[in-house]
Amino acid sequence: MPIQILMPALSPTMTEGKLARWLKAEGDAVKSGDVLAEIETDKATMEMEAADDGVLGRILVPGGSEGVKVNTPIGLILTEGEDKSALDKVSTPPSPAASKAESAPPSAPPSAPPAPSAVKIETPKAYAGPTKRQTVREALRDAMAEEMRLDANVFLIGEEVGQYQGAYKVSQGLLDEFGPKRVIDTPITEMGFAGLGVGAAFSGLKPIVEFMTFNFSMQAIDQIVNSAAKTLYMSGGQQRSSIVFRGPNGAASRVAAQHSQCYASWYAHCPGLKVVAPWSGEDAKGLLKAAIRDPNPVIVLENEMMYGQNFEVPDDLDFTVPIGLAKIERAGASVTITAFSRMVGLALEAAEALAKEGIEAEVINLRSLRPLDTATIIESVKKTNRLVTVEEGWPYAGIGAEIAAQVMDQAFDWLDAPITRVAGEDVPMPYAANLEKLALPDVAKIAAAARAVCYRGRT
Amino acid sequence: MATAKQKSGKAPSQSDADNLLKLYRDMLLIRRFEEKAGQLYGMGLIGGFCHLYIGQEAVVVGLTAATRQGDSFITSYRDHGHMLACGMDPKGVMAELTGRSTGYSKGKGGSMHMFSREKGFFGGHGIVAAQVPLGTGLAFGHKYREDGGVCLCFLGDGAVNQGQVYESFNMAALWKLPVIYVVENNKYGMGTSVERASASTELHRRGDAYGIPGVAVDGMDVLEVEKLARKWLAHAREGKGPVVLEMKTYRYRGHSMSDPAKYRSKEEVSKVRAEHDPIDTLAKKLLEGKLASEEQLKEIDRQVKEICTDAAEFSQSSPEPDLGELYTDVLVEA
Repeated sequence: MPIQILMPALSPTMTEGKLARWLKAEGDAVKSGDVLAEIETDKATMEMEAADDGVLGRILVPGGSEGVKVNTPIGLILTEGEDKSALDKVSTPPSPAASKAESAPPSAPPSAPPAPSAVKIETPKAYAGPTKRQTVREALRDAMAEEMRLDANVFLIGEEVGQYQGAYKVSQGLLDEFGPKRVIDTPITEMGFAGLGVGAAFSGLKPIVEFMTFNFSMQAIDQIVNSAAKTLYMSGGQQRSSIVFRGPNGAASRVAAQHSQCYASWYAHCPGLKVVAPWSGEDAKGLLKAAIRDPNPVIVLENEMMYGQNFEVPDDLDFTVPIGLAKIERAGASVTITAFSRMVGLALEAAEALAKEGIEAEVINLRSLRPLDTATIIESVKKTNRLVTVEEGWPYAGIGAEIAAQVMDQAFDWLDAPITRVAGEDVPMPYAANLEKLALPDVAKIAAAARAVCYRGRT
Repeated sequence: MATAKQKSGKAPSQSDADNLLKLYRDMLLIRRFEEKAGQLYGMGLIGGFCHLYIGQEAVVVGLTAATRQGDSFITSYRDHGHMLACGMDPKGVMAELTGRSTGYSKGKGGSMHMFSREKGFFGGHGIVAAQVPLGTGLAFGHKYREDGGVCLCFLGDGAVNQGQVYESFNMAALWKLPVIYVVENNKYGMGTSVERASASTELHRRGDAYGIPGVAVDGMDVLEVEKLARKWLAHAREGKGPVVLEMKTYRYRGHSMSDPAKYRSKEEVSKVRAEHDPIDTLAKKLLEGKLASEEQLKEIDRQVKEICTDAAEFSQSSPEPDLGELYTDVLVEA
C-alpha cells in the first residue's frame, strides 16, 4: 500500500496550516530527508521533509491550499515495487485525524478548546453591525492597524514584530503598511524596551509594547509596575503613561514551567494598571482597541492557543469593548461560572455537558480583570446562589481568590454553597503531556466543580 | 564661553559676567535650598528619604545652562538640584518635601518623585537606573516627533552596574537617539566606593562596547561642564546619537540624611570642600577677573537665602493633602 503523507504539526500550537507549495512533483523520486513541501504554520514557513523513500505518486492537497488540518493526508508515496495502480486502491484515504488526535500529538492538547461553532455564543447586545469571520490573531492585528491609522502617536515595538511579521504572526503586514518608524524591531532586551516604551509614553506617544510572551515580561516588571503604573499617582496626576503591554500569556502547549505562567493575578494586583484578558475574536479586537485608546497603562493578556481560532468579529472602526465590563456568554440559573481567556471556551463546553444533566450554568466571560466587573458577578450569584471560578493560573492569591473575597463581602447571604475554585495546580508547569494535562483545568474539572456546588452527584 | 562672546554684540566681559553670575546664582540656589531642606529634615518636617545634592551643583547647572526649551530631563532620587536647575519653583519643591498639598505632586510623591511637564522634567525616580530606559524613551519621543529636542538622562556611579543601563545604551546607539547620559560620579554608591563596585572605574568608557563616545569631565568646574554640554548637545541634535559624559564630582553630605558616612574620612570631605568647591571656585574667578564685586556676590546670596526662607515658610504653612486625595490620581479617568 502507498504511504500516506500527513499534514504535519510544525509548532506546538498548530492545528491547521497552509500548504504553501510542493517542491516535488508527481512522479519524482523522493528520499528520506528530501524537502517535500513548504508549510506555513501559525508562526513561520517551515520545510517538510520526507520520512520515506519512494516515488511521489499522487498529490492529494495542491500547493497554495489554506486551512489544511493537521494529520490530513496530503500525498501518497509509492514504495519500491508499487506502480501507479496501487494509488487507486487508496481511493478514499481514511482520515486518520480523529484517531491520531486521541493519541495526543504535542500540537493537539487534550483540553483544546471546542470549535467555536459548536458553542452557542450570545450575540453582543451593544453591537449589531457588520462582522467578519477571522482568527483571533487577525482580530488583534486589525485592532492595531485601525488604531495606528487613526492616531499617528500609536506605534508597535517589540521583538520580531516587524520584518519577521511577529513571532506568532500577530503583527503580520504592519511593517509594510506603517514602515519601520512605527513598527520597531528591538533587540532581546525586555527591560530596556519596556522602559523605553514608558519613557516614550511619558512624552505623549502611545506605544504598544509586545512581549513575545508575558513570561518574558518578568524581566521588565519593574518598569511596568514602578514606572508605568505608579507615576500618575506619584506625580499628583501630572504624568500619565498611555501604553499597552500585550502578548500571549499563560500556558501554550508543552513548553514547560518557564514559558507557561499566567500573569493575571500578578498584574491585576497593582493599582494604576488596567488588565484585560480576551477570549473571543470580538474580545480581542474590542479590548485591544479600547486598551490603545485608554490614557492609562493597560496589560492585554492574550492566549497563544486562541490565536488560530475563528470567530465572527465586529468589522467597524468605532467598535470597542469597554474595559471593566464582563460579558454573560451563556445565561443560566443553576450555577455561575466565571472564566477568562481560553478558560471561557472550556467553561462553555462544561455548561453544555451540564445542561444535559439539568444544570443550567451561567458562564461569565470576565474580559477585564482590573477593574473587575463585580456587579455582574454579584448579580449572577444572587440568581444562582452558587459560584465556580475558573482560571489557568495558580490558585494561591489568584483571581478566583479575589472573586471569592468580593462575593463574600457583597453576597454572603445569597450563597447556598461554598465558592469553589478551579485553577491550575499549585506546581511549576510540567513538560510531560500527561502531567501537563493534569496541571491545567479542563472541561471535566469544571463540570465536576459545578455539580459539587449544586450538590449533584460526585465525580 | 566662546559661543557666548560670538553671539553677543556687547562687550565680551559684560556678557561673560552675566553668564557667570547666573551660573553662580543657580548653583548657590541649590546649595542654600539643600541646606534648608537638611534643616527641615532635622526638625522632622521632611520625612522618609532625603538625598541632598550639596557639592554636585556644577554638574546640573552647567548642563542645563547649555540646553534649550523643549529638551527633557530625567534623573534618579538625588533630584532636588535638577528640579531647581530646570526652573521649577523652589516653593513647590520644598512643599513636596514636607508632604503638602501645594507640592509638585500634591504631597503624594515626596523627595524622590516630582515632575514638571511644563519644564520638561520627567522625574525623580526611586529605583536606581530605572530612569535610564525611561530617558532613552524620552529621546525616542524626540526623534519620533522630530522636535529637535535632546534628553539629558542623569545616573549615578552606583547605577552604572545595572543591566538596564546597557540595554539602553545598545538601543540608543542602534537607533541614534538624541540622549546624553550624564554619569554623576560622586565616588560612592551609598557607602560603596566606585573602586569597590566597578571592575573598571573609567565610567565614561561604559559605552565603548556600543560605539558611544565617552568623556570624563571635571564636574566641579561649571564652565568646563557647560562647554562640553554645548558641544555634545549639538552632536545629539545633529542626529549623531548618544554620548556618555562622566562628571567627576563629590557629595559633601551622606547618601541620605540617615547616613553617618563612615566609609570615608572627614579629611577627604574637607579637602574637596576647601580646594574644589564649585561655588567657591567660581566666586574666586569672578572676583579675580573683576567680573563681579564682593557686594554683588553678597547680594546674590541674600536674594537666594530669601527664596529658600520663603520656600521653607510656604512648605510649612501649606495644608497637608485632603484625605480624599488618597484615592485620586490612581488612573486617568477616560
